[in-house]
Amino acid sequence: MITFDGVTKRYAGGTVAVDDLGLEVPTGEITVFVGPSGCGKTTSLRMINRMVDPTGGRVLLDGVDVTTIDPPTLRRGIGYVIQQAGLFPHRKVVDNVATVPRLLGWERRRARARAMELLERVGLDAALADRYPFQLSGGQQQRVGVARALAADPPVLLMDEPFSAVDPVVRASLQDELLRLQAELRKTIVFVTHDIDEAIKLGDRVAVLRVGGRLAQLDAPARLLAEPADDFVREFLGRDRGIRLLSFVPSGDLPLRTDLTVPVSTTASARGTAEPWLALVDDGGRPLGWIAPRSLPDSGTPADVRPEPYGTFVRGRDPLRSVLDAALLSPSGHAIAVDESGRVEGVVTREALDAALARATGDARG
Amino acid sequence: MGEEPLVRWDWIGRNLPVLRELLVDNAVMALVPVLAGLLLALPLGLAGVRWRRLYQPTVGVMNVVYSLPSLAVFIVLIPITGLATRLTVMVPLTFYAMAVLVPAVVDGLAAVPDHVRQSAVAMGFTPLRRLLQVELPIAVPVVLAGLRVATVSSVSLVSVGALVGRGGLGYLFIDGWQRQFPTPIIVGIVLIVLLAGIADLLLVGAQRLLTPWAGSRTRRRA
Amino acid sequence: MNWLIEFLGDPANWTGADGVPARLLEHLEFAGLSLLLAMAVAVPLGLWIGHTGRGALLVVLSANAARALPTLGLLVLIVLLMGVGTIVPVLIPLVALAVPPILVNAYEGVRGVDPELRDAAYGMGLRGRQVLFGVLVPVALPLILLGLRTAAIQVVATATVAAYVGLGGLGRYVIDGLATQDYPRAVGGAVLVAGLALAVQGLFAILSRISVSPGVSRRPGIR
Repeated sequence: MITFDGVTKRYAGGTVAVDDLGLEVPTGEITVFVGPSGCGKTTSLRMINRMVDPTGGRVLLDGVDVTTIDPPTLRRGIGYVIQQAGLFPHRKVVDNVATVPRLLGWERRRARARAMELLERVGLDAALADRYPFQLSGGQQQRVGVARALAADPPVLLMDEPFSAVDPVVRASLQDELLRLQAELRKTIVFVTHDIDEAIKLGDRVAVLRVGGRLAQLDAPARLLAEPADDFVREFLGRDRGIRLLSFVPSGDLPLRTDLTVPVSTTASARGTAEPWLALVDDGGRPLGWIAPRSLPDSGTPADVRPEPYGTFVRGRDPLRSVLDAALLSPSGHAIAVDESGRVEGVVTREALDAALARATGDARG
Repeated sequence: MGEEPLVRWDWIGRNLPVLRELLVDNAVMALVPVLAGLLLALPLGLAGVRWRRLYQPTVGVMNVVYSLPSLAVFIVLIPITGLATRLTVMVPLTFYAMAVLVPAVVDGLAAVPDHVRQSAVAMGFTPLRRLLQVELPIAVPVVLAGLRVATVSSVSLVSVGALVGRGGLGYLFIDGWQRQFPTPIIVGIVLIVLLAGIADLLLVGAQRLLTPWAGSRTRRRA
Repeated sequence: MNWLIEFLGDPANWTGADGVPARLLEHLEFAGLSLLLAMAVAVPLGLWIGHTGRGALLVVLSANAARALPTLGLLVLIVLLMGVGTIVPVLIPLVALAVPPILVNAYEGVRGVDPELRDAAYGMGLRGRQVLFGVLVPVALPLILLGLRTAAIQVVATATVAAYVGLGGLGRYVIDGLATQDYPRAVGGAVLVAGLALAVQGLFAILSRISVSPGVSRRPGIR
């Protein structure tokens, strides 16, 4: 656990970067520091591994004041990832990753073997190991940066805007990768970003800091979205808080209706049903779209009409937000539930969704 | 030297007209080559930026030129440009100035941020106007830094020409050595350093005037 | 060209104390010693100033001033005051010549390393010395070598003037040739010095190829 105990950083010129910060970073969780530039989030992070020392208060690592530990020794036990990855250009990828193990006195072969293992773990091809950093893409470099930080298996990982220099698609995949890794490794991670969406996606807890280095709110993302502490946090969170909140509501307990699907190969007339919309399903059980039975030709089969657009969600895995999205994409107003392999499980009706939304917002309000 | 003082001030007093003449000679032989070198380096540097493939060979040739000892070049030139002429000294100095300035021009133009270049293109600058009004002005600090090195070196290098009979203030070194008399040597060194220093200051002043936007320090701080 | 053949083709010029091999050795002694001395002073100083940021103004000022110092004047003055018993008088101006480029480039090289890299190195727990020698120096090596090359070439070229005050080296041919109107000898000497300077240039090209990491030298956007 990392504890900030009344931590202040005042520079010689009088500017206060961090002002009386008090918070706890629980072991095994991702805590995100987020805020506008000048809010002291990076300074706060850098006080954990003594890249900056506080002018007041204490930073405790498992109860020990970090300023009592020799900085290089402290840092070798803390992984550190920065924006441009900071890879050493003169060393091959594998040797970059092996840096800290080598500093800790590991034998060269063991350090390299460990490095290879980590490259694989962060999803990099072993063939990249013998390349130099300049021969890698930005996203690959950032993965190497993460592998390098993890090399000596430190319990704590500090990440200072690690993904902000890559394009949105790569960034999303790096974020997913980090969550996947964290599910396995359960490190204590402090993650700094200025991107509130990234904070909400990654953080178990999110600390919003305001300019001048004061803590505005520290809460789980859902709670932050539901109950911003003040106008500053509300404004920083931006629009669509209600919809984004749905990202934290599970979809597993939504009632499914299985009588609203119709196979494309059926010869029976679908006109008999009273339902205005039916989900058309192919022979493999995959969705094709929505059809309106009343618009079918008298003698026709469902294959004779062009199906209307549709949206799907994976029940149990995707949050309520995806269900709403799927419903909005369909003229029927219903969302099609599929399993992990994409086969239709049933349909969540607009009515069922409405009830779930009402429950969700009620729950969030507490 | 015994009781002989290191500097005999009366010698300086008696030789003022000669000193002035040598100073002017030194200044001319040092500065004309720098100017000529700059005029030649601009098109070469531009070509090096425009056609990247030309750059490495150009710099290679410049490196070779720069590594030629000045005295050696003076001597090889004597049959062509004559013994003890200004030209014999100024031709090699021109090449030295170029050797410093061509890379400076290339680096200066390379230092123009791509987004600035792109926005100039997007605003409809023709290539020539873009060069004159956007790229060259931004390259000025780097080019001037090179110009300072070239100028100071040139002022001091002229004195080697004294060995082939035409070295501006370098004449004082030969004179002092032959008569085993330190005063002219010291005066020569001081005047050369002063001349170089004044030229350097003027260039710093020019930089302030030409690039007010660069601030007093053009260096980026980490 | 004929002069060159006349001088270099004469077997008498290849043996004895005034032969090319002996003069070449003398020349290399002056130049090599000066360069080593200058390196011993300027490399550590430049690295230290670049690493700590202390004394940067000193580098800029001293480098400019030293560039203005005329080597010939300095040489005759020192010899006049100290005599020519040893080669020390010729070493002083040559060291003064070699220090600025080495100092400036070592300083600029280290100082110019991407601050992110320095940050990452410290953040991983490297100590000051490990950051300097493990990261900053290898990354700054192209510039450090450039400074050494410039200094070496200037020293080799300028060691020629040592002959003017009665010392040896390849400059002997140049000065003697000029004094006795023996042009073949003067030109031959000049060409030998130029050849030596080019050889030094080539040596440094090889040195930089084997010592600079391909990860640094082949990076795009780096000179």
